[in-house]
Amino acid sequence: MTAETNTEAPKKPAPADQESFLSVFTRNLWSSNNVLITTLSIVLAVVIGAVLIVVSDADVLAKFGYFTARPSDALTASWTLISEAYADLLKGAFGDPAVFQAWFNGTATWQEAFAPLSETLTYAAPLVFTGLSVALAFRGGLFNIGAQGQAVLGCIVAAVAGFTFGLPIVLNLIVALLAGIVGGALWGFVPGLLKARTGAHEVITTIMLNYTAALFLSWLVIQKGVQAPGRTDAISKSVAESAQLPSPGGILRVHLGILIAVLVTFGVAWLLKRSAFGFEIRAVGANPHAAQTAGISVGKTYVLLMAVAGGLAGLGGATQVLGTAYALTPAVAGNIGFDGLLVALLGRNRPWGTFFAALLFGALRAGGNRIQSYAGISLELVTVLQALIVIFIAAPAVVKAIFRLRAARNTAAGVSLAKG
Amino acid sequence: MHRKEGVLRPVRGNRIVAILAAGGLTLAAAACGEAPKESTPGSSTSAAAAYKACMVTDTGGIDDKSFNASAWAGIQAAQKEATNVDPKYVASSSEADYEPGLRNYVSQGCNFILAVGGLMGTATTKVAKESSKSQFAIVDSGSESPNVYPMQFATQQAAFLAGYLAAGYSKTGKVGTYGGLKIPPVTIFMDGFADGVAHYNTAKGKNVQVLGWDKKAQNGSFAENFGDQNKGKSITQTLVSQGADVIMPVAGGTGLGTAAVAKDSAGKVAVIWVDQDGCTSAAQYCDVFLSTVIKNIEEAVKEAVVKGAKGETLSATPGYVGDLSNNGVSIAEFHSFDSKVDATLKSELEKLKADIIAGTVKVESASAPK
Repeated sequence: MTAETNTEAPKKPAPADQESFLSVFTRNLWSSNNVLITTLSIVLAVVIGAVLIVVSDADVLAKFGYFTARPSDALTASWTLISEAYADLLKGAFGDPAVFQAWFNGTATWQEAFAPLSETLTYAAPLVFTGLSVALAFRGGLFNIGAQGQAVLGCIVAAVAGFTFGLPIVLNLIVALLAGIVGGALWGFVPGLLKARTGAHEVITTIMLNYTAALFLSWLVIQKGVQAPGRTDAISKSVAESAQLPSPGGILRVHLGILIAVLVTFGVAWLLKRSAFGFEIRAVGANPHAAQTAGISVGKTYVLLMAVAGGLAGLGGATQVLGTAYALTPAVAGNIGFDGLLVALLGRNRPWGTFFAALLFGALRAGGNRIQSYAGISLELVTVLQALIVIFIAAPAVVKAIFRLRAARNTAAGVSLAKG
Repeated sequence: MHRKEGVLRPVRGNRIVAILAAGGLTLAAAACGEAPKESTPGSSTSAAAAYKACMVTDTGGIDDKSFNASAWAGIQAAQKEATNVDPKYVASSSEADYEPGLRNYVSQGCNFILAVGGLMGTATTKVAKESSKSQFAIVDSGSESPNVYPMQFATQQAAFLAGYLAAGYSKTGKVGTYGGLKIPPVTIFMDGFADGVAHYNTAKGKNVQVLGWDKKAQNGSFAENFGDQNKGKSITQTLVSQGADVIMPVAGGTGLGTAAVAKDSAGKVAVIWVDQDGCTSAAQYCDVFLSTVIKNIEEAVKEAVVKGAKGETLSATPGYVGDLSNNGVSIAEFHSFDSKVDATLKSELEKLKADIIAGTVKVESASAPK
């Protein structure tokens, strides 16, 4: 089977009328390809976000009350508000030029200059894994809503391994990470098995397992042997220092997890494109009946696929607890599993697309913290921004209509999501 | 993979433009107000330098009707007292936001950075150690860092009085309580309540039972949330059908379900409210509130901010521990029940309060501040 993994349609014969490269390039630039639609979705979301920022600010809104009498007031105030908000978003996500300047002048440390970027990568790292989990399952035709539960299980098992075994340095970390993968894989394996054996829909079973995982976590953290000694609230012991993901420390929270994320993205891309299992995933995802007829065991593929997807989400949970939180609390996994769904959607279920979508979400979270803190705009607005981006990407027809995009030769955008 | 080619037909853009234009016109019609006079900004800047009081909520958010909301109310109240206080807050949407939230305020030069809730303890200590020049404070948690001002509450003392009151008031000989979640800020109320009832039993040789909380086993009834009134109703109805006639819900908005049941019972069931005096925080049910176990976060935060704004130091040891002696915790007046609580019980409560303050009666709870 390995010999015939190339499923790409055979290259079409070159068009008869030869065009110059430049004209083809410019024509395709404004046609509805994925990159353009994603970019335009972000632009649209930013524009609507700007409107919302203005509408939610009472002072600026008041100036619109006499817009016809003196429009400059309202326009200047709006512009100041919007530009400051988005400037804060960028400064919080990538770095503040003023701090870089101060660093060159010697009045700030390099850590302060790179802290925003570090925040972006810190928030992005777990999302890469949960996003890949959802994306991979989706390529096999499964809708893994359970990334949240799998990530929670990953958190639990990784943390317990991290504070229990007391292994030597390096080994302890590896064991804890593997434990996280195994925990998540187990939580993915169950719905996979149920789907393969009984046909139980994975959406239902994974959602239910999300609840189970969350409640199990809140029960577990207050048990003896897990709960931190001397504490009566719901917090576990901290993982041993040797099991924590290495980090520069101090105000730089970024940790090894983001590098692991790059490697894993490579791995998943390779798995999908080059391996026999990846071929089976795509075949089953495209048409399970045809795959069955062709001799692929659909059930086996489902089980294995869900276990692998669960393992990825579990690794996401493990990086969260070993890299950022260091101890279990009922909300330790935050929303990384559900955000993973959006990240996968934004990345169009492609490994590298998912990776960069996770970076974007990380940047929005890091920048959102700064917007809220500096400009006093609520964090919900950033969440709305994220949601808007995803809505436009999920409805490419809207973007095409607004910008009057030409239909491209290969409109993968509509197809890959329409199957969901 | 087969790909469809060009199936998505562009919708006519004109229509969208038309809709936008129509919307614009409507807005324009509403924008014909009179422009205010151009005013040059006066030189009325207040003399005192601004004292930036910045608060980071925990994941409960600013509207949690509990400690985040109380702490924020405290900062706002401080602004009325010391006008140079400049308050702001950020809400954390996940636990990973605690550190950046605190650090963002350090880099903005906040004079007073308040963290709310025990789960923020680790993050606060970590950031406080990095930024030794900034003044931090935390509600409901201790801290090892010298620049963190801890504010904790011996809530069990006031709840003890409420338990004694409930036992003395009960006609059925059964009183009930339940919590929102099994977390220390909740169970500390229930511990004190149960002990208060037990104290009444030993003092009077009675056998008033507590339903809904077993202090020794640290187990009881919980609604698993702080906002579901129907859940509060159903738990309360169970307790009432078991014979309880005084009920203390420690469950935020869920407790309103209890108040509703009490209101329908036509005086048979009385409610002991928590956190803030029920007759102000849930005034519509004032006539069913026997009393309230008050945990005065608002006052504590306000005092700390005002002190800071006046330039006084906030020392980390001993910090602030709210108890009966400093009115950090207390039980509220009886309002409409004033005539129904007999004078002996009232004087016993006064005596008990004095005994607790003096230390002759000790109230303990696993969740009490150490």
